[in-house]
Amino acid sequence: MKKLKSSFKNMVLVLACITIVAALALGWVNELTSEPIRLAAIAKQEQAIRMVSPGFDNEPVQEQYELTDYEGNILTCFPIKKQGKLLGVAIETFSMKGFNGEVRLMLGLKPDGIINNYEVLKQTETPGLGTQMTYWFKTDKNNQSILNKDPGKEKVWVAKDGGDIDAITAATITSRAFLDAVDRAYRAYMEHCGNVVDIVTTATIEEKEAQNEEE
Amino acid sequence: MKKNKFSIVLNGLIAENPIFVLMLGMCPTLATTTSAVNGLGMGLATTFVLIFSNLVISLIKNLVPENVRIPSYIVVIATFVTILDMLMQAYFPSLHESLGLFIPLIVVNCIVLGRAESFASKNKVFDSALDGIGIGLGFTFALGLLGMIRELLGAGTLFGFRIFPEDYGMLMFILAPGAFISLAYLIAIVNRIRKVS
Repeated sequence: MKKLKSSFKNMVLVLACITIVAALALGWVNELTSEPIRLAAIAKQEQAIRMVSPGFDNEPVQEQYELTDYEGNILTCFPIKKQGKLLGVAIETFSMKGFNGEVRLMLGLKPDGIINNYEVLKQTETPGLGTQMTYWFKTDKNNQSILNKDPGKEKVWVAKDGGDIDAITAATITSRAFLDAVDRAYRAYMEHCGNVVDIVTTATIEEKEAQNEEE
Repeated sequence: MKKNKFSIVLNGLIAENPIFVLMLGMCPTLATTTSAVNGLGMGLATTFVLIFSNLVISLIKNLVPENVRIPSYIVVIATFVTILDMLMQAYFPSLHESLGLFIPLIVVNCIVLGRAESFASKNKVFDSALDGIGIGLGFTFALGLLGMIRELLGAGTLFGFRIFPEDYGMLMFILAPGAFISLAYLIAIVNRIRKVS
């Protein structure tokens, strides 16, 4: 078969046909994959929640609600319950102060705000330096760990700025971003607890009473 | 005849290896080979696009007028890359995340368009698909090898398994300079071997 001549009509027709076929193929594949893509995103979220706050029997993704942080950004909060009792929350939080832009974490808090665990969801920090944050702040060595710390009582920021936490060696900026994300989630959650009644737990009530007594 | 078909595949793997001999597609090669899994994943993703774009372009080569062949080929390639992007997002979300921007960028990978121009548009459908397999596997082989070397020297692991303690890893090999150095040594070694044989 001989090649089609490069006349105007041929060129327009061929290009139009190719783009139509391409569009149809893409539409079909999009239809096919949109559901698995959505499920994969939910599965990832659920897995992160399970990592930071294990032992729940409710469906945190379905029960999610929104928190507003001190800058007016929206954070997603997943309540962790067992047999109706609140075990804690998992909060998807972020910081834009990373060495290479956005850092995203899933932070697990106990109902009274003590840090349970965390999981890094997204980061583009320097490989081998900033990327250590995925485990650095969980490691119980010197003053690295933030687990079981209460950001309300302890100074959960880097030692260089007068805090109690050792920054990642050679990645202070990443460490600051990480702790900024933690602080953001903690403050948003605490503010939320102060205002909304339905998730206030015994722990926060006791804390409030203690505060009242102090006043 | 059968030997001939096999030689098309072998051609892409060795004699015309896109990385070591043709020196095409250097950008994804340097950027995505931070670990063996990433290198292999990128290689296989490109192989998928190469096979199908070569196949389709060879099918339509006589229908496409000479003057609009490049836009036509680009549309075909972009379609397959987008399909791949969606499939990976749905079924390999973690790999999709670590390769990130480099999946959509396969569209402008010069290996793919290069094979469409120099091979698929002149040869039979079956041969073109074989050429896609050969070049794709050659690319995968190069990226996998580079990824393994960088992961081993940089982090002390291989496919995620620890070979020696991390403290002895040379961080530089995970970063950009390590990519250039390892690639240069690999090309030198391959050239030496090719000269001998």
